[in-house]
Amino acid sequence: MRLLTHNMLSSNIKGVINGFPLRIEAERVVEKQVDFNPDFLKNMFSKIDWKALADASKIMGYPELPDELPDSSLLDSDEFLHKFHHALLELHLEEGALVCPETGRRFPVNKGIPNMLLHEDEV
Amino acid sequence: MLASNLSSYMVILAVLSLFSYFTIFPPKMASRIAQIRLVSSHPQVYEPCDDSFALVDALLADRKKLLDHRPAICMEVGSGSGYVITSLALILQEMKTSYYFATDINPHAVRVTHETLEAHGVHAELLTTNIAAGLEKRLAGLVDVMVVNPPYVPTPEEEVGGDGIAAAWAGGENGRSVIDKILPIADNLLSEKGWLYMLFLAANDPLQICLQMRDKGYAAKIVVQRATEEESLHVIKFWRDSDIRMEGNEAVATAKNGSPRGWEFLLSQLSRLSFRR
Repeated sequence: MRLLTHNMLSSNIKGVINGFPLRIEAERVVEKQVDFNPDFLKNMFSKIDWKALADASKIMGYPELPDELPDSSLLDSDEFLHKFHHALLELHLEEGALVCPETGRRFPVNKGIPNMLLHEDEV
Repeated sequence: MLASNLSSYMVILAVLSLFSYFTIFPPKMASRIAQIRLVSSHPQVYEPCDDSFALVDALLADRKKLLDHRPAICMEVGSGSGYVITSLALILQEMKTSYYFATDINPHAVRVTHETLEAHGVHAELLTTNIAAGLEKRLAGLVDVMVVNPPYVPTPEEEVGGDGIAAAWAGGENGRSVIDKILPIADNLLSEKGWLYMLFLAANDPLQICLQMRDKGYAAKIVVQRATEEESLHVIKFWRDSDIRMEGNEAVATAKNGSPRGWEFLLSQLSRLSFRR
């Protein structure tokens, strides 16, 4: 699971108001190289929740992103784009869990695949 | 004598020029799609079948349009064996600018999808989830291409869902139970320029589905229609159309006069094919 996916996921258990961001429990992180695509990054920049990405990136062992939402002028910096690219697309949570920030419910991640299925009483 | 020499000379010349033509411009290679021998399987996972092939044929038919569309985010709901999402990723591979999500409610299917993608050297982000649960808040309005081969077979309602292979086909009354849940979710996830390719059976009443989507401002087009021995399949493409949306608003006030281009044609096609009415 890439951090792009983590940034798009929230807990949708019945009664949860703001199930985002899911807290990451990282047991195994792998890096996989992905083609660099600045247009996609520039386009996604406004849609990414920056703090969630920066925090998740830190937990995954890559503390290179600024904590606060950077000014969009940074998108002209190749160095910044490469860091953004690496955090968003190249870090994979292979084994671990995603934890609902409100209820503490754990959604397991095995072989890079999060299981978001809810039990009957959670729907 | 001279004439016959000349004509054999012309033939040789023609053959040679044809030969060099193909050397310079080789016959267009068929676009790559997933190869059946590389598609993984599991006893609890639906294997690629006529419906999967129809959906991939629709994507191939629209290949050039898809490349021009330059989708950033593509998504498949109910990826099963992974045949369709893998094919989409291969069709768009030369652009290197698209990212893929695929979901399935069946954990075995998600693993099989993963294996099929990997066997073809492409990647999609995978989730075991019900339709798009968990993604609906944050991915809303970001999906440029969505493909769905839903469970469309009319079955008793109690067979719908579940964690086994039946979830791949059991569609409840008229096969519409899951389809009717997916459509509003697709509407929420699709971007302004988003396209939805969805497969239906005639028994699902695709005409009624198109009219329902039209009320939400979507135009529709049949990309592939195919009658097999057992079923009549349609792959329908939906996209947001501002004319329809405006007309929809006006229609409320002024009643119906005039349809947008192609709309009547689609309706006539569908009503002819839809034998459930």
